[in-house]
Amino acid sequence: MMNINKMTALDIGAEIKKGNITAVDAVKAFYDTIESTDNIINAFITTNKAEALRKAEDVQKKIDSGKLTGSLAGVPIAIKDNICTKGMKTTCASKMLGDFIPVYNATVIEKLEQAGVIIIGKLNMDEFAMGSTNETSYYGSCKNPWNTNKVSGGSSGGAAASVASNQVPMALGSDTGGSIRQPASYCGVTGFKPTYGTVSRYGLIAYASSLDQIGPIAKSVQDCAAVMDVICGKDERDGTTLDIKYGGLLESLNGNIKGMKIGLPKQCFDKGLDNQVKNSILSMSDTLKELGAQVDYIEMSFLDYVIPTYYILASAEASSNLSRFDGVKFGFRAKSFDGVTDMYSVTRSEGFGDEVKKRILLGTFVLSSGYYDAYYRKALQVKSLISKKFNEIFQNFDAILCPTTPTTAPNLDQSLSDPLQMYLSDIYTVSANLAGLPGLSIPCGFDQSGMPIGAQIIGAPLDDKKILNIGFAYQQNTEFHKMSPKGV
Amino acid sequence: MNYEIVMGLEVHVELATKTKIFCSCTTEFGGAPNTHCCPVCTGMPGTLPVFNKKVLEYAVKAGVALNCDITRYNKFDRKNYFYPDLPKAYQISQLYLPFAKNGSIDIKTRSGLEKTIRIHEIHMEEDAGKLIHSPTGNETFTDYNRCGVPLIEIVSEPDFRSAEDVIAYLEKLKTTFEYLGISDCKMQEGSMRADVNLSVRPNGSEKIGTRTEMKNINSFKAIERAIAFESARQIELIENGGEVIQETRRWDDNKGLSISMRSKEDAQDYRYFPEPDIPPINISEELIEEIKNNQPEFASAKVLRYVNDFGITRADAEIIASSKYIAKIFEDTVAICNEPKEVRYWIINQIMYLMNDKGILPEDINLSCEKFAEFIKIATSDRINRPTAKTVFEAMFFASHDFDLEKYIKDNGLEQVDDTDSIREAVLGVLSANPNTVKQYKNGQTKVVGFFVGQVMKATQGKAKPDTVNKIVAEELAKL
Repeated sequence: MMNINKMTALDIGAEIKKGNITAVDAVKAFYDTIESTDNIINAFITTNKAEALRKAEDVQKKIDSGKLTGSLAGVPIAIKDNICTKGMKTTCASKMLGDFIPVYNATVIEKLEQAGVIIIGKLNMDEFAMGSTNETSYYGSCKNPWNTNKVSGGSSGGAAASVASNQVPMALGSDTGGSIRQPASYCGVTGFKPTYGTVSRYGLIAYASSLDQIGPIAKSVQDCAAVMDVICGKDERDGTTLDIKYGGLLESLNGNIKGMKIGLPKQCFDKGLDNQVKNSILSMSDTLKELGAQVDYIEMSFLDYVIPTYYILASAEASSNLSRFDGVKFGFRAKSFDGVTDMYSVTRSEGFGDEVKKRILLGTFVLSSGYYDAYYRKALQVKSLISKKFNEIFQNFDAILCPTTPTTAPNLDQSLSDPLQMYLSDIYTVSANLAGLPGLSIPCGFDQSGMPIGAQIIGAPLDDKKILNIGFAYQQNTEFHKMSPKGV
Repeated sequence: MNYEIVMGLEVHVELATKTKIFCSCTTEFGGAPNTHCCPVCTGMPGTLPVFNKKVLEYAVKAGVALNCDITRYNKFDRKNYFYPDLPKAYQISQLYLPFAKNGSIDIKTRSGLEKTIRIHEIHMEEDAGKLIHSPTGNETFTDYNRCGVPLIEIVSEPDFRSAEDVIAYLEKLKTTFEYLGISDCKMQEGSMRADVNLSVRPNGSEKIGTRTEMKNINSFKAIERAIAFESARQIELIENGGEVIQETRRWDDNKGLSISMRSKEDAQDYRYFPEPDIPPINISEELIEEIKNNQPEFASAKVLRYVNDFGITRADAEIIASSKYIAKIFEDTVAICNEPKEVRYWIINQIMYLMNDKGILPEDINLSCEKFAEFIKIATSDRINRPTAKTVFEAMFFASHDFDLEKYIKDNGLEQVDDTDSIREAVLGVLSANPNTVKQYKNGQTKVVGFFVGQVMKATQGKAKPDTVNKIVAEELAKL
């Protein structure tokens, strides 16, 4: 009897196609695991077993009749709870949207459903995707399956933890400053943030519109590529999507990286980097060399500026994006208030958590008249300089290799008391968002306490294929991505 | 001391695109509350705006017509403020790069004063919804039908000195946009709204005084009243040693006064920043050229043409050309019947009168030009006389397009009587019935001829051909 829970998404799809298992078997197997483990992990905010089983039956019929032939048909997926699912609660892990049921599907959800992928639930996250530990969730923190005293990372903590704990073979997250890659790294799974504009944001509840991008978290680069093949593409409902034809990403993976030039940013190996993480990345660099890549150190002199730039831009956009949660139309409304202005302030005071309020305040401040030029405009200028610097690097290099995070997952309850330290955990990931670049995090080792270490590969805009191929080459020659936490 | 009023205008005009600026909902006015909206225009979480390119075309048409420099690289910005009629709590507008700048437009006031009003800038933005306050209780309801209807805001320089200037400008904008087909500019329906920035200064002074901004002015009549009230208020303040405070005031047309809404100190900080959901929009040279080369014939050009080609007076030509719809009726009818002066006569004397009398807007006139031309043919023949023609015209004006002129004339026995015998009989009857007046005539009072003619017309129910009546009355009087 095969263990469906441990299989990759593509393997499950293949077994369903062969008729060895059914979509219903797959959905049931994952719900069994969710039901037995999620009281500890807390990766899910909402599950929809009855509906998912019904859909699985429908999908199975279409597979049987040859109407659905895609590689992921019948395979379950879980969705970060900031992506709108019609008729199914979408909370952003906030009290503010605790009862919010969207009247429409996000574009990515429509595409997944058309491909016969079965949505089995909505995943925990930091409230409105603001946080790096999943501890700002109104529904409690999501635990790291490798050590439940540690954080799963954030903001797509539920997505990474659910895949790592075999609750689901693949998940969709969103990445504004590292929210896919960082939890993937903490939880020992593969996470991909595509080039900005590759995947439609229609239906993704915005945190910072110019940085947000939806992407997959799964057990392998191939699975991520397969999900990308389903969800990417120009969308008439999102004016920022790019009109590019990738062909099949999955199909393009050949594992050949001979002659590729990979840069190691010196600044990433300086202060603040855990030694064990450093050694794992350097060891990965050796593996890539053995596979025929050329690795050289490069300068990323702007690294000190990325965190302030990111927090100014992201908070500014967030302060505006989250203004619509005012108690007038949808979501939470305070019980007692005096007049409309008071309704706004009481509703927002009661409905948002501390981290969200902090960023709204910061964003409101940097956009205020008299401060705009000093903060927001300057941050925009830095952002374009960072893009320029990356362009220069990519003139001579195919990709950048660096740690995803400076350390492995921290303990629960230690980050929120030191937010500046928490913000620094994004230092290696945010620049890919600021420049709109594709970034991949893959497992590349474990520290002494057995916690996974993630490596990040960043590419030039639209080089998603190349980045995934480097990750694929590495995973073909290593076993880190195949490891599962004990007891899972 | 005498004072001069100095005003600048901010005019919002709804563009008449079929769909909204950032989604595909209809822009149609009215509709049951919240039936012309979707997740995008109600700001549902996760939705994104997608710019309707038709809006750009309409906007650039306005910019070109107002002689503006057109911005080639355009961006939208977010204007952030909380209000229940604004579902996203920000309005997508243009602050940093308005699509049109530095324009001008020539106006002519009712008293004949001609001047040029400078346009500071025009930008595109989305309209907000409406709040409906319950007459009882303290409930307020939101109607988002209007959310996302495309607007342009035209910001003028402070070039207005009187309500007449302001009205001439708004009328000119309305006519221009009507000809361009980009807006119907109905103030009552809110598709054209004007905010008036007003200050006063002693005559001869160069310095502009502290201004107030008046909102909620919903008709030309209200504009005159609001300007009169606000200028008087400011002058009185200054005369009494006070100072005008820079503030936003709301015009209350029922009470006939303006009320302070907020002062400069309370002015909202809109925290504008570039809209990240809409990529920059480039306006191509081709689009601008195409629009420049395909501008419609505007009112001023029509007036010249009507005077030169059709020989009608400038005053009449101005009335006809002041509405695209009237001008179209005029031109289309003349094209069929080739009787410009007759068509002019019926437009100026009948259509204008009926519109005024019944409160009909030019765009709502439902008159078939084929029928109108057919009518002109009949009216210029001997078949009906002028008074009868008026009756026929009115019937045709209010009827549907399948109105049968011939049948109407026949059924109502309106055809002119040119039968010499029966007219002579009527003339003789009138003369014998009025011996005293006949005596007056014999005594040399020749003006009583008119009386006899009138009586004959009356006796023939207005159907007798006036020329024939004149002739026979003269003949019979000569026989006496």
